[in-house]
Formats: sequence, structure tokens, C-alpha cells
Amino acid sequence: MFWTSYLLAVLALILAWPVPVLLSRAQWPARSPFTAMVLWQAIALAGGLSMIGAMLVYGLEPIGDNLIAGLRSLAGMVFNNEPTTALGFWHLFALSAAALLTAHLVFTLLLTYYKIERQRRRHRELLALLASPSDDGPGTVVINHESPVAYCLPGGARSVTVLSDGLMAALDPAELRAVLIHENAHLSQRHDLLLWAFAAWRQALPWFPTTRLAQTAVNSLIEMLADDVALRTESKGTLIKAIAIVASGSSQPAVSAAALKGGGAVVEGSGVSATGGADSPRTTASRVSRLLSPQPPLTKGLRVLVLAASAMLLAVPTALLIVPGLLG
Amino acid sequence: MASLGELERAVMDLLWAGQEAATANTLRDLLAQDSEAGDGTAGHQGKDLAVTTVLTVLSRLEKKGLVERERGTRPHRYQAVSSRADHTAELMHEVLGSAPDREAVLARFIGSVSESEAATLRKLLGYN
Repeated sequence: MFWTSYLLAVLALILAWPVPVLLSRAQWPARSPFTAMVLWQAIALAGGLSMIGAMLVYGLEPIGDNLIAGLRSLAGMVFNNEPTTALGFWHLFALSAAALLTAHLVFTLLLTYYKIERQRRRHRELLALLASPSDDGPGTVVINHESPVAYCLPGGARSVTVLSDGLMAALDPAELRAVLIHENAHLSQRHDLLLWAFAAWRQALPWFPTTRLAQTAVNSLIEMLADDVALRTESKGTLIKAIAIVASGSSQPAVSAAALKGGGAVVEGSGVSATGGADSPRTTASRVSRLLSPQPPLTKGLRVLVLAASAMLLAVPTALLIVPGLLG
Repeated sequence: MASLGELERAVMDLLWAGQEAATANTLRDLLAQDSEAGDGTAGHQGKDLAVTTVLTVLSRLEKKGLVERERGTRPHRYQAVSSRADHTAELMHEVLGSAPDREAVLARFIGSVSESEAATLRKLLGYN
């Protein structure tokens, strides 16, 4: 029981720091973004599980030979007022920390969902009044703005893809099609769920390298996945040109947006982000270089290996927590 | 029957176009005119549009923070809280800005680009 908590703590540590750092520097994720995405999810889940598990197992050590027996004794103390003398200060501390961390993670996940949904609802309400339907099919609207902007606002059946006048003017039909396919890929592959989970993960533990690195990597990987979908039907040149036009247009200070109809409105700031935030400025560059000098995807063997490693990451802490109880 | 969403849009268009606050009656008349004169898309049920329906639409818009009611006058007069351009700017600020949780709210085709990166891309395109 004691060694279990040490093993889980070691796993939590390496998943919180060295593993994500190495993965974020690796070149192969650009070659097989889907595989890399699975690995990042496994790292996050296994990291959280082993963090909580290590504290839980350590805290329950004096009152049970395994997790299940320990939890049973703990329930007896909590609900039946059985004596707690077996638990020392550090055991109680670890148990409280495990409970707090679990509650914190769940609460942050829900709070992030609520905040995202509120912002999306407000955005959709304004779009319903300001944007006009486009010829490019249902769920696509055009907004009167001169910068070339394209984005999608996920929301189940109410998902909407927004294009600006500036974008429609700057792109030819094939390039526009590439942009639309790219945005629809975000919606149909439910990238919003990944963005939500990893935004919450970072919000919950902002000082852990793993949460920041994971969010940056996931933001970049979903763009690559969507690019790959666009490449199935559109040519590489078309997609690169669309990216280049939109990127070079959006870097110009948006102050010129004063030319908006009605005047009086200035979009503050510009598309340029010096800080980079979670949306690393390198994302666009790595997307373009990936398209310009494509590397072959990982071999099947390597992909299976990474997927197996991801499965192991989840299986090991789960087994460490549960198996001793089943055997004992 | 036009949906409430379409009516909200038509009412906002009128308030944004008009210079001063309008009562629900005025708005109803304007909506009816639109439907007679125009292509019929803005308020095609204009004639049988009830003032209460317009009031419902206005209170929905008020709840969304888009219109405000002048207190003290009877009947109430309504006006847009800010101009169409301001609202567009608000949206674009949300899209182009770098608020920390923006990435999770919406997915942009191109995220923020650094100036040097943009220069490289322009070169790639054969500009300057």
C-alpha cells in the first residue's frame, strides 16, 4: 500500500513536468496530429488520476490494506463516528488535499463550461442581429468587417461559421472553400470539447508546466487536424495561400476598422498578439511549414506504439489503485 | 408568422437606422410599412402584427441589453443601447483580441500572428 502511493507520486511528477516538456519539443506530433492528441489526453488524465490517487492512498494507509478497504474504514469514520485515532496529521492532510483537488478539478471544469457557454450565447445573439446569411450553406454567416476573419462558434445544432466581408473579398472561391472545410472540421470533430477540457485543466492548475504546454499543443494540433481535412478535397497551394492571405491581413492593425459603416467604432488593439497567450504565435508558422515541407506520417508501428503507451498511462494508475483491492 | 428572432432583427434595424427613441406603436407602424412597401422579408406579417408582440420583442431585446427604455414617459420610448458599428466592434474585439479564454470560446482560422511571421507570409505570397 505504501509503495503504491510512492509509485503514483512519481508518475504524477513525471507527467507534470519532464514528459510534457519533451513532448512539446518533439517534432513528430506535426506528422501524426491525431496520435499526439490521444497522447496529450492520456497524459492529462493519468496525471490528474495519479496526483489524487497518490494522496488518497497515502492518507488511507493506516486504516486499510488497499484502497477499497481504506475507503470503507474512512466511510465508517465519517458516517458512523468511528474513532479516527489511527489517522495521523499527515494522513488527514493528504486525504483533505485529495478531496479538495478532486472538487477543485470538477468545479473548474463546470465553471469553465458555464463561462464559455455564456460568452458563446452572447456572441450568437449579436450575430443573429448583425450578420447576414451567406450563400455557402446553412450555418454560415457573413459579418460586415473589413479584416479578413474566419471563425467558428461551436454550439451543437446552433454552431455557426462566420466569415467577414474582408475575407470574402480577399479569397477566391477555392480558397474560401478550403477555409470553410477547415472550420467545419473543427465543428464536426468536436474540437470544442478538447478546447474546453484543456482550458479548464490549465485554469485549474495554472502553475503546472503540463497544463500550459498541453493547451498550447492541443490548440496547434486541432488546426493541423482541420488542415488535413481541407487537404482531402482542396489543393495544398490553395490552403497555403488562404492561410497566408488571412494571416498577413489579420496582422495589420485593426484600427483601420474605423472605416466601419456608421463610423465611430474602432476595434481596439490589433490582431497582433505580442504575449502569445495559449495560442502560441508559432502555431501559424508551424502549420505553414508543415504544409510547405510535408513529412511522412509516423509509421503504423510507431503510431500503435504511441497509442499503446497512452493506454498504459491510463491503465497503470488505475491498476495501482484498484488491483490490490481486488486481489486482497 | 415571422419568428421572434426575425422580428428582433427587424426592430433592431429600425432602431439603429432611426435617430431618436421610438414607441412600440411607431415601431409597429414602421414594420407594417416595410412589409407593404418592401420585398416582404423584414416584416411580412406586418398588417396583423400586434403591438403586444412588438412589446414582447422589445422586452426580450432589453433583457439582452440591446435596447433601453426611457423611464418616465408614457408610452415608453425605446432606443438602441449602442450603434450597430459598436456592436460589430464588440464582436470583432472578442474574435481578434487575446483574452485568455477566447481560444476555448471560438476557433479562428488563423490565430494571432506576430509581425515577423506576417512578413514572412507576405513574402511567400509575393507581396512587397
